[in-house]
Amino acid sequence: MAENRIIEGCKVVVIGGSTGSIDVLLQLLPTLQPPLPFALVLVLHRKNTADSTLANLLALKTSIPVREVDDKDPILPGHIYLAPADYHLLIEQAGTFSLDDSEKVHYSRPAIDVTFESAADVYGPALAGILLSGANADGTAGLRAIKRAGGTTVVQQPDTAQVAYMPQQAIANAPVDFVLDVQALAQFIGTGRV
Amino acid sequence: MIQEEEVDLLLNDLFEVYGYDFTHYARASLKRRINRLWTLDKFPSFAELRYRVRADASYLKRFVEELTVNVTEMFRDPLFYKTLRTDVIPAFASKPFIRIWHAGCSTGEEVFSMAILLKEAGLLHKALLYATDLNSEVLETARTGIFALGPIKQYSENYRLSGGTVDFSAYYTAQYGYVKFQDELAARMVFSTHNLVSDHSFNEFDLILCRNVLIYFDKTLQDRVLTLFNDSLGPLSYLGLGAKETLKFSTIQTTYKQVGAEKLWRKIG
Repeated sequence: MAENRIIEGCKVVVIGGSTGSIDVLLQLLPTLQPPLPFALVLVLHRKNTADSTLANLLALKTSIPVREVDDKDPILPGHIYLAPADYHLLIEQAGTFSLDDSEKVHYSRPAIDVTFESAADVYGPALAGILLSGANADGTAGLRAIKRAGGTTVVQQPDTAQVAYMPQQAIANAPVDFVLDVQALAQFIGTGRV
Repeated sequence: MIQEEEVDLLLNDLFEVYGYDFTHYARASLKRRINRLWTLDKFPSFAELRYRVRADASYLKRFVEELTVNVTEMFRDPLFYKTLRTDVIPAFASKPFIRIWHAGCSTGEEVFSMAILLKEAGLLHKALLYATDLNSEVLETARTGIFALGPIKQYSENYRLSGGTVDFSAYYTAQYGYVKFQDELAARMVFSTHNLVSDHSFNEFDLILCRNVLIYFDKTLQDRVLTLFNDSLGPLSYLGLGAKETLKFSTIQTTYKQVGAEKLWRKIG
């Protein structure tokens, strides 16, 4: 296996993003080759409306099944899961999702920290967390939790982000393994082929 | 960060000392709530947190209240309420009496929303809304019909999106950063504590609303609660759940038919 396939043995990849992150995903998703050997979980700050436009938009970009999470859905490799609007997305030891409509974190629900921390608790070293563009400090504490649990932490290179604040906060305040531009991110979560 | 074994110890204490059974709550969320309280109340160690919970009954009250999530809003998911208006409430018109149960009503925003729908349908006078929650504190708030003014603009927009046509401010009077809803609405409500984990059915209803409560339970407890609801629903009555909750894969699903695209089901069996 190539050296640059840096998420060998990874069961779950969680990508968190806010302003400017959807564009990155629209570039990343078409580069993913099915079958994905892991589950890809997306936590995006979004408007509090319960429509499925975002899931549909993302699904257009990949042949991998994209699903907006319902309560207690199982987490399966080879699938892309989107956190629903207005709920925090957590992960149970049994490998299922659970939802939580408690207080917003960083003015956000879903909050990236909540999913990062919960996933770190369950998956430990078999987890990679990727933080993309955004204008908010969400995600930093979550990356610290992922690292503490032995997982891999990745941040979008700030000067390639539409809004650099979120990745900058993470780089300044959390142990980050890789700082990658979109091309390198595609290699990271892709099959290792450039 | 609290460890799994420590969560087990705490849950065991809560049951042994106070009779509260949280063992079938969804663990990830529960653990996060306990961590949050640990930080918020500045306990230096797990042992001190545990001691306080075991020994101090007044702290227990706070603990249970904070362990459970009490987030709610009026006309939450406006399209759900729109479907109630158009497809559910008209079926109640011919009934001599309408019984509705809001299970896990928290501070009551959705109960007042329902009362407004019934009033607009001309049915409030013959309806009774039973509103229950595990926490007596939130019920005290609900009973007053007084809510913060801050989110009212959002509620007013939700109301409009649900198909409401009158000026929303007609339903309340605003004063000092709060609004008080008409006594006429609260007059048809009965508030009481009820624990879905351990308490039984107490009536037969035409509609049960239990929204964003089941997400905090594991599958086993979800099934228990859905069976409790099934036992409390008469023929051709309705059950409404939260936007991400479902009857699918539950033991009672075969006797229910979904109403439109919303999380509303009618009992057909």
